[in-house]
Amino acid sequence: MSAVTFNEGSLKDIMNKPDTVPASAAPVETQAKPRPTPYFETERGLALLESFGNFFRATLPPVIGIALFILLWQIVSASGGDSGLPGPAKTWEAAKALFADPFYDNGPNDKGIGWNILHSLYRVGAGFGLAALVGIPLGFMIGRFAFLSGMMAPIISLLRPVSPLAWLPIGLYVFKETEPASLWVIFISSIWPIILNTAAGVSRVPQDYLNVARVLNLSEWKIFTRILFPSVLPHLMTGIRLSMGVAWLVIVAAEMLTGGTGLGFWVWDEWNNLNVEHILIAIFVVGIIGLLLEQGLMLIAKRFNYE
Amino acid sequence: MHNYLHIENAKMVFDTKKGKFTALTDINLTVKQGEFIALIGHSGCGKSTLLNLVAGLTSPTDGILLLSEREISGPGPERAVVFQNHSLLPWLTCFGNVYLAVERVFGAREAKAKLKERTQAALELVGLAHAMHKHPGEISGGMKQRVGIARALAMEPKVLLLDEPFGALDALTRAGLQDELMRIVQETHATTLMVTHDVDEAVLLSDRIVMMTNGPAATIGEVLDVDLPRPRDRLKLAENAHYHHLRGQVLEFLYQKHMKKAA
Ligand SMILES: Nc1ncnc2c1ncn2[C@@H]1O[C@H](COP(=O)(O)OP(=O)(O)OP(=O)(O)O)[C@@H](O)[C@H]1O
Ligand SMILES: [Mg+2]
Repeated sequence: MSAVTFNEGSLKDIMNKPDTVPASAAPVETQAKPRPTPYFETERGLALLESFGNFFRATLPPVIGIALFILLWQIVSASGGDSGLPGPAKTWEAAKALFADPFYDNGPNDKGIGWNILHSLYRVGAGFGLAALVGIPLGFMIGRFAFLSGMMAPIISLLRPVSPLAWLPIGLYVFKETEPASLWVIFISSIWPIILNTAAGVSRVPQDYLNVARVLNLSEWKIFTRILFPSVLPHLMTGIRLSMGVAWLVIVAAEMLTGGTGLGFWVWDEWNNLNVEHILIAIFVVGIIGLLLEQGLMLIAKRFNYE
Repeated sequence: MHNYLHIENAKMVFDTKKGKFTALTDINLTVKQGEFIALIGHSGCGKSTLLNLVAGLTSPTDGILLLSEREISGPGPERAVVFQNHSLLPWLTCFGNVYLAVERVFGAREAKAKLKERTQAALELVGLAHAMHKHPGEISGGMKQRVGIARALAMEPKVLLLDEPFGALDALTRAGLQDELMRIVQETHATTLMVTHDVDEAVLLSDRIVMMTNGPAATIGEVLDVDLPRPRDRLKLAENAHYHHLRGQVLEFLYQKHMKKAA
């Protein structure tokens, strides 16, 4: 038994008791002087407030995350003393200088960051484009014909786990030049996700859709354009997205080894110059471009999802 | 009227993870050209399986299926199917789904304008002219079913295979489409096999009702002749004693002789 007893009646009293001035005071005032509804109480105002609320709820966590990241970076760089990493402010200043003139060209080993970005993007585009050109038809065939699938399975499972850079010497040996060699590395490392996802998509085309094709006795071409292709498209887009991610990962490493131009080369060059700010900037640039590519492809993929 | 569809000792065994599963056995049925057959039986007894055999989408483990004295070796557009789950292609509009079938059947002989006209007419018939340019994802289940019906009817098939075509429809729409179906079948003399759970629907529409026993190893239990004169009028039938007698016989088969044990 507790010493304190609980009186329900008194609790209700407390709850019903107005804790401020008597409520009757307010209505009298509004009646005497009718005022226009404040903007934030109108329907449009409320909607605006709500969308502001949603906006903050969506953006607040990432903003806090980024702020913490920058703070951590600051602490790490400050604790290193003179030989520590450059801090955020110093890096920011260097980036501003760098992006003030992104497209200068002072001969072979001294080009603006814009050129290096474009070179890397071009290589990824070309290598990845070739991979798509070969990988998509191959994926469709592997998905459609069990024999081919059985034939290719051991080759794919053997080659797929090979580290992308292991392909570089082969490329250099075969092509005798760095440019096709780096395209080759992009090609061979980004082709697997395209093949595998396309093939998986083809083998997962719902039987119902294929039954429609069979009842109508559609031609192979009609089956491909009206049923297989649209049905596989979402899987294909996933393959392309993964593949593009791999290509972008690999390009920086490949360019570090092949040299000449590109973000990877630039990172290596700045390492030789001991310009650590620029290396940090390069990391951000690589990250941001990778993110943009990913988001762009996601946006495209959304358009092709019918479910 | 000769024997058009002939099923002899058909048996269907599925290979499942738990071993062999006999879905149908000893199916014997002969259907005359232009006849309307209703297939009725409890859920899971094998109605869709039988329909798929006639459609040629699957082949029997044993037995023969003949259509016009030729063995059914695969599907074909002269046997249109209204699938139980409608099976519309989600990336085509309602129009596109019907057009795909129309184009396949009439594309070689007719101009594009005529094909479009046929497509539109089929959609109007099922009351979906207004939703023509919507995708299947944007319409209700009943509407999807109606697009499936329009697709099959637009093909003007010799054999019409309907798997619970009106299952997802409200009573009013259902009655309207039943009347349309009766009219079309009478006009085109299509031989029709229709799976249904609805006893009234079976008696109203069909010439014979094929009643199936429960699975596994389901077979045809009884065949009931529906000797009601045509054209049939649902309102007049309501006062027809013979109609009620036939209805009673189907109900008796389903709920007394072959009551499905609650699982
Ligand atoms: N592809 C398959 N593999 C294995 N078993 C199957 C397959 N198709 C159907 N079955 C089995 O065969 C039996 C009959 O199935 P079916 O779909 O023909 O039934 P149904 O009479 O159409 O039922 P419902 O009225 O619910 O549509 C079921 O027990 C089902 O599990
Ligand atoms: Mg079924």
